[in-house]
Amino acid sequence: MAGFLDRVFGRVNSKGSGSTAKERLQFILVHDRINLPPERLQAMKEEILAVISKYVAVNSEDVDIALQQRQRDSLIVAEIPFTRPHEDIEKDDPDTPQESNRILD
Amino acid sequence: MGMGGKVVTVTSGKGGVGKTTATANLGAALARMGKSVVVIDADIGLRNLDVVMGLENRIVYDLVDVVEGRCKLRQAMIKHKQFPELYLIPAAQTRDKTAVSPADMIQLTDKLRPELDFILIDSPAGIERGFRNAVAPADEVLIVTNPEVSAVRDADRIIGLLEAENKGPGRLILNRVKMDMVRRGEMMSADDVTDILAISLIGIVPEDENVVPASNSGIPVTLNENSRAGQAFRNIARRLNGEIVPFMQLDEGGGFFQKLVRLFAGGNGQ
Repeated sequence: MAGFLDRVFGRVNSKGSGSTAKERLQFILVHDRINLPPERLQAMKEEILAVISKYVAVNSEDVDIALQQRQRDSLIVAEIPFTRPHEDIEKDDPDTPQESNRILD
Repeated sequence: MGMGGKVVTVTSGKGGVGKTTATANLGAALARMGKSVVVIDADIGLRNLDVVMGLENRIVYDLVDVVEGRCKLRQAMIKHKQFPELYLIPAAQTRDKTAVSPADMIQLTDKLRPELDFILIDSPAGIERGFRNAVAPADEVLIVTNPEVSAVRDADRIIGLLEAENKGPGRLILNRVKMDMVRRGEMMSADDVTDILAISLIGIVPEDENVVPASNSGIPVTLNENSRAGQAFRNIARRLNGEIVPFMQLDEGGGFFQKLVRLFAGGNGQ
């Protein structure tokens, strides 16, 4: 019935390739606008992570640092879950934070 | 007219989106409104605007001749057959784009401003010297694009460059919109495109089979009263002139009856 009404009132179907085009463009443009080659972008992410890790324990698997577009503003949006203050991890092996994450969860 | 004419540059980034057609039609539409207009083809080496306007066999002097002082400005201004106050300054066909500089374009348009209401500049595709020439003297920039990924991407690049040169953000002409495809969700709508580019719209031009015949005959489609694309260009010309004109209802055959016909014609796909 909703489909029927959509047809009668000529509502726009958002499931066609038009919405694919829009989604692809939004991804393309945010990378065009920041004008950073992928390897520089990766290096930036690693540095951000290194700085954060000095203060809190972070599981790099859970980190999401991505580019986002809001109108004509480009944003670097970071979602970095941390588990505990850094003081604790200094006592641990460099490899252990991943395990301790699981214990805390 | 006041302090002098307004310089409007039509550009796009990507080629083939209808930049030259838009320039010719806006020139003709403004002239039809009684405005004095000169259209300048800034695409040196790839002259085109003369053909779209049907003035190709009247060319004696061109833009480079004016800039290099081989002729007077007036001698390079070709008068349109139908509108005595519509002129074309053609591009040189045989020279490269370095023959003209942004400073040359500013100087040229400063001479034209006191004489005319509108100076329209047809920019070449790309972001090189020709584009910078075309944009340098602009009071306002119109960006032409189509509702397609590559064209919108290039338009975004242009908007970024315009902002960097304090010429932005400009206003958007969305050309060749096929409303039936938008309705089916198979083409981005004007809202989608303005959402992505975050600039304001000055016009939506529907795909129209009258455009090619018009260009075949060198008569801008906007002079065809029955053409919907022509109507769209007339509306854009009025908006350029500062009038507030509501956007065309592009939903072709949008009456209830037509919708019912469409419903039953395509009713088995649901």
